Amino acid sequence: MTGQIDADFLALPLETLADAALQHARTAGGAALQHADLRVQRMRTGSMHLRDARLSSSSDVVSAGLAVRVLLDGVWGFAATDELTPAAAVATAGRALEVARISRPLMAERVELAPEPVHTATWVSSYETDPFDVPVADRARHLAAWSSQLLAADGVDHCDAMVNLAKEQKFYADLAGTVTRQQRVLIEPEITVVAIAADGPESMRTLAPPVARGWEYLNGTGWDWTTEIASLPGLLAERVAAPTVTAGDYDLVIDPTNLWLTIHESVGHATELDRSLGYEAAYAGTSFATLEGVGSFRYGSELMNVTADRTVEHGGATTGFDDEGVATRSWDLVSKGVLAGFQLDRAMAARCGLPASNGCAYADSALNVPVQRMANVSLAASSQDVSTDDLISGVDDGLYVVGDKSWSIDMQRYNFQFTAQRFYRIRGGRLAGQVKDAAYQGSTPSFWGSLTGLGGSSSSYLGGASNCGKAQPGQSAWVSHGAPATLFEQVKVLNTRSEGGR
Amino acid sequence: MSTASELVEIALGAVPADLGAAVLVSETSTVNLRWALSGLTTNGLTSARTVTVIVGAPVSGGTGAGVLSRSGLDAAGVRTLVADTVALARAAEPAEDAAPFATGDELPGFADPGAETGASTLGGVAEALGEVFGRSRAQNRESFGFALHEVVTTWLGTSGGLRYRHEQPRGTIELTGKAGARSRSAYVAGATRDFSDVDVLALDDEIATRLRWQERTVALEPGRYTTVLPPTSVADLMIYLLWSADARTAHEGRSVFSKPGGGTRVGEKITGSPLSLLSDPFHPGLGCADRVLTTSSSPMASVFDNGLPSPAAAWLDSGTISALPSSRHTASLTGLPVTPAAENLVLTGTDGTGSTMDLLEGVEHGLLLSSMWYIREVEAQTLLLTGLTRDGVYVVENGEVVGATTNFRYNESPVDLLSRVEAYGATEVCLSREWGEWFTRTAMPALRITDFNMSTVAEGA
Repeated sequence: MTGQIDADFLALPLETLADAALQHARTAGGAALQHADLRVQRMRTGSMHLRDARLSSSSDVVSAGLAVRVLLDGVWGFAATDELTPAAAVATAGRALEVARISRPLMAERVELAPEPVHTATWVSSYETDPFDVPVADRARHLAAWSSQLLAADGVDHCDAMVNLAKEQKFYADLAGTVTRQQRVLIEPEITVVAIAADGPESMRTLAPPVARGWEYLNGTGWDWTTEIASLPGLLAERVAAPTVTAGDYDLVIDPTNLWLTIHESVGHATELDRSLGYEAAYAGTSFATLEGVGSFRYGSELMNVTADRTVEHGGATTGFDDEGVATRSWDLVSKGVLAGFQLDRAMAARCGLPASNGCAYADSALNVPVQRMANVSLAASSQDVSTDDLISGVDDGLYVVGDKSWSIDMQRYNFQFTAQRFYRIRGGRLAGQVKDAAYQGSTPSFWGSLTGLGGSSSSYLGGASNCGKAQPGQSAWVSHGAPATLFEQVKVLNTRSEGGR
Repeated sequence: MSTASELVEIALGAVPADLGAAVLVSETSTVNLRWALSGLTTNGLTSARTVTVIVGAPVSGGTGAGVLSRSGLDAAGVRTLVADTVALARAAEPAEDAAPFATGDELPGFADPGAETGASTLGGVAEALGEVFGRSRAQNRESFGFALHEVVTTWLGTSGGLRYRHEQPRGTIELTGKAGARSRSAYVAGATRDFSDVDVLALDDEIATRLRWQERTVALEPGRYTTVLPPTSVADLMIYLLWSADARTAHEGRSVFSKPGGGTRVGEKITGSPLSLLSDPFHPGLGCADRVLTTSSSPMASVFDNGLPSPAAAWLDSGTISALPSSRHTASLTGLPVTPAAENLVLTGTDGTGSTMDLLEGVEHGLLLSSMWYIREVEAQTLLLTGLTRDGVYVVENGEVVGATTNFRYNESPVDLLSRVEAYGATEVCLSREWGEWFTRTAMPALRITDFNMSTVAEGA
């Protein structure tokens, strides 16, 4: 573990920029200024794709800039630039104030911020090897070796390999006196094998999740790549030969490699308070969950306990402080099946009379304003030692669902449809081979109400996404979701072939 | 501070003479307004410059590629960036898409400065929003929306002498209105280059009309309905079709454009409707770069192709698949012509006339959608997509809107849908609801489709 922020980021004139911007905001904003903050953010993103073991693209992008946000007489103003000079900081603060003043006539409600203690801190995520320190050619050779191994296997016609990397560095300072410096590293590898079957292509993909780790992840820390890659050709061949599913209602044992995405869409997004209040209505949508429902709304069965956590090690949304200087934490979203809380930023908390933000403000670049974004949202495992096999053995006629594939949910987070990497038939408590062309549909509260079985921690997995989208202008975020194996009774399963008219 | 065109020369001057290179400098200036609950919520003014250096260097077995992008650089920073990129290229594995960089001369306007936008560009929108918010409160409805204006100026220089500058303005505006404790919801949107042609109050009038249509509700079961898709929704589907149409993936048997047994479906007629799907950098109102400008390689484009002409291309010609997007590299793999895709998309019929509402004529019992959302691929073989209707599904009886019904989840393939086009209207500039953030330049007709598969009812507005 490095535990240190890169020296070249700390060598930027961070304090000078903050002094320049905040002093100008204080002076020019006068008595009407409620809040001002400066964020210097540097993002380095890398992606690499190999097609059939040959490098097809590689990119390495570093974007840096400073953003100034002011709250002037209850009105936000935001401006940003990529010029990291004191003069640019002053000019950007001036533009933010100008934007706030111009916006004043169009504001419907005064913005206030929930209080937060002053922090001075440095935070670095947990990783061993900065992946950007690994030469690009070495990264390519690593992925090419896996690809070649897979292409040599029977039944594999094509292999796609990719890895996405990110290093995020942030300096935040505000008028209250909070100053934070942070760095985190994220990595997302993915290998897909393809067979060109008689009636079209079939594919099978690795289940390794995107995580906040370094290059050591690809060398086996936190994931057994050797076993998973060796298993892909056989799993693909079984899928090619699998019978098509018969549509109907089935008991589903859903593996956490699939359920993480259902949690993300139907719980994570549904418990964002800005959505519930209407601030995302024009774009990402609203939510069926309301603040009034906290403590009373029946979200699911009593087995359902969901937490939000911005502190879990290796989580995609894990950080020390959010982009409003709020110390991160964990809290309950659903307790024993009842709605227990929401995800907040400081303005949302104040608007609803809540005592504090829970640290969910995030901006994906210096050029974007912080918005309320998702914490790592996870379903708690059973305290009993229940395995995936235990859950399967209790199903007479059902399906076992493994790995995410396509996903879609409506604007209020009710109606969803998910497919999977693998659907296995369960007969008499045993797996009876893969079936294909399946998708499951549900409506959020009734689906979670049908949760009747929960695995223990030995069946748990921390999945996640690197591309969670929200807000206008659009922003992207990494996030993780944990879950154990689960049993849901009588879920609607479609045959996608017949849905497509075949 | 150096100008963008000067940075291109500084960068190319720092590349060793025996290596090929391309340099892209892009300056982006943006302004945006966002509102919700009939009041402004966030706003912003931003500016940034990004330099991308692409270097090809001889390595064992071929040409190594280095591609690096950084923002906020001065001249010294650009020289460092070039040195880093050269080192990367020399150490790289051979790039499969390596090819000589484009050659040419300096084209007119290359040394011109970058264009900027600013708060004044959205001044008219802000002024009109004041009235929209007042109207909304008076009529017991809420207004939500977003307006964005952006100008991206890109300078390209290659070691082969080409110097090219392209200025790309783009604007979008989206309005959503809600009423009846948010049980009713309507959406309209538009794309523009400079907002001079945007009438916010007229858009709000349309919102009010559609919300009135929803005062009567009609319960319908899932099923297959004759459905009129407005241009917004047609754009949603055609953009996804284009993104799935690259020549290489089709040639490898991996897409809906693959021919069973090998090869592609180029030359196959997929619809009896005389519809053509085009990308044309000079299409009126949808102007875009007429040369390849890309900072990363993909099956659709190659960094080595930067600066190559990107003329008009027909992907579908009177119902027949006529070309698939390809770079020089993918063309060599597939045997198909080099066909870069310009960054716009037009669907047009030989005799399309009339509006979305005109297409309702002839619908005995069917649906009119407002927009689609959360579109995702279910199956590559057929390009089966799933998604949801959003912000208003209207019931049509005997050619007239008679009320609104619930939203639906659909499962449909845009390729298959084209074979079920019963009628189409006039092509008009429109904005995709789902992909309009990334792909803003589209012109589509409304389509009337038979047996559109509404798989399940989706609760809520």
